[in-house]
Amino acid sequence: MDPASWNIETSLAKLPGLTMGDELCAMAAEREDIVVLTADLASSNGTSVFRDRFPERFINTGIAEQNMMSVAAGLAASGFTPYVSTFAAFASLLCAEQLRTDMAYTKLPVRILAHHAGVSMGFYGTSHHAVEDLAIMRAMANMTVVSAADGNATRGLLRATADIPGPVYIRIGRGAEKPVYGTIPTFESGRFVKIREGADLTVIATGIGTKIAIDAADALVQDGIALRVLDAAWIKPIDRDAVLAAAAETGGILTVEEHNPNGGLGGAVAEILAEGGIATRFRRHALPDDYVLVAPPSHLYRHYGLSADGIAAAVREMVAN
Amino acid sequence: MTRNTILSRNRSVDPVRLSERADWIRLETIRLIEIAKSGHYSSVYSCAEMFSVLYYRTLRLDPANPRWADRDRFLLGKGHAAIGQYPILADLGFFPEDWLDSYTRLGSPLGDHPDMNKVPGCDFSSGSIGHNLSVGVGMALAARMQKRDYLTWVMLGDGELNEGQVWEAAMAAGHYRLSNIIAIVDANGMGLDGDIEDVMGIEPIASKFEAFGWTATEIDGHDVGSVVEAFDAAQEATGPHVIIARTKKGKGVRFMEVSPHWHLGYLGPKDKDVAIAEIGSRIAK
Repeated sequence: MDPASWNIETSLAKLPGLTMGDELCAMAAEREDIVVLTADLASSNGTSVFRDRFPERFINTGIAEQNMMSVAAGLAASGFTPYVSTFAAFASLLCAEQLRTDMAYTKLPVRILAHHAGVSMGFYGTSHHAVEDLAIMRAMANMTVVSAADGNATRGLLRATADIPGPVYIRIGRGAEKPVYGTIPTFESGRFVKIREGADLTVIATGIGTKIAIDAADALVQDGIALRVLDAAWIKPIDRDAVLAAAAETGGILTVEEHNPNGGLGGAVAEILAEGGIATRFRRHALPDDYVLVAPPSHLYRHYGLSADGIAAAVREMVAN
Repeated sequence: MTRNTILSRNRSVDPVRLSERADWIRLETIRLIEIAKSGHYSSVYSCAEMFSVLYYRTLRLDPANPRWADRDRFLLGKGHAAIGQYPILADLGFFPEDWLDSYTRLGSPLGDHPDMNKVPGCDFSSGSIGHNLSVGVGMALAARMQKRDYLTWVMLGDGELNEGQVWEAAMAAGHYRLSNIIAIVDANGMGLDGDIEDVMGIEPIASKFEAFGWTATEIDGHDVGSVVEAFDAAQEATGPHVIIARTKKGKGVRFMEVSPHWHLGYLGPKDKDVAIAEIGSRIAK
């Protein structure tokens, strides 16, 4: 391994997908209410560019995430729109109660930049794996939940959620995601993005799942299987219409997410199908309901089938049955 | 909005009247708990004088404009004492007095803990203790960034100091040298399970805050003159300031003072009459 890759700045330069620092700079240039907070992670998550450009609107709380969340709530109650950044595992688990009681219940416009989601910090250990966050956030009233497939999606979601009056949980990867969007997409509240049209089955994917679903769709063309691929960029409110249409028009749904199988995207889609009385082929393609192994992320994705091959195999089984 | 509706900071008020208002808060607490048949008497009683001084003398407020951007903020970290706050807010005109009759009933804005979106005059919701000092730090930072001169007051219980987040907030206030935040610790020494000293000791409180860069004052929280003096001085402090108010849980009703059981409870008719008579005798004087 290149020793330089352990240098944080070098490592960051290799992560063009962590776009939130740049995007927040662009937004803050036009909006004085935007402030950014982090818990000793500015160098890791790219909010350092915001710190350097708008030092008077940047607050570093040190490694005190719960305090950071409640401080953000206080800022929001005083007229600011705070963007709070930390690893997704800590944002969602360590601070769940601050998010619920101080932001969701109070309906305050705080945006949670939950980066390094899923197992993108694979070898850092279970404490750093964020695989329950969608389930936790979905259960909170007033909380909007969105999930970025790549760096352009992060920018698009920051823009699309800028004026939401309540809190927003923005699930972001590590910045090393293979690109899905060539330009910054325009997201519509509560709507999935149709990436590929196909009549044989629908894959509803989120985060890194979107790109690998696209790759699987490309591979499956050789099998004569035409996949519809939807990017579930908007998890809550969710795109009920797109789920029902997929069931009716493609005869089955496979959900793909870097999350525990319970309560995340797959769970949300299952609820729509069950409540709609829809009997269709359905499967959740996720990480296991277990603590994930410790390994480099790319190894983990391969090991757990979060890969084009893994998705393609699951699709073939579903279509065959 | 006319300016003359604003209650100015540090108003001149007769100390006897402030003491009487504290006892009136105690009576109102009994009246409202009668509606709910359960409530926190004694944690209101320990901070009744401080509620009285804050709202009837110290805080800059505009009851006709509860979200006025320049109002002083008051956050009740020990949110279960909200029942002592509601009668004052109604009395000052933040909301109609008949709201009090709905206390804790289905759909009432007034629950056992304060809700900023339902109760005019309530600056932040609370209930899960330990959060509000952090929220106050956010408000104080906001004032600095917006160049506003409002002050943020946060009242905490001494049991609340067991929560780790309080010390994260204390660290942040010290780090940012916030001169516009004032914490009040209602140090009544008692939690639900008994003496805090036995459950989880937190003393010495002052030096803990001082270690994080705060200045600290200790007072008798039931002596109105001391409370007034400390609240006045705190507003002039450089950096964050904490007032540790030594108080008695259930203060003002003798049988509550000697029994720790009134953190949460319901006075039956007999005890209620005894408590009302004792409190009333002081107001009549």
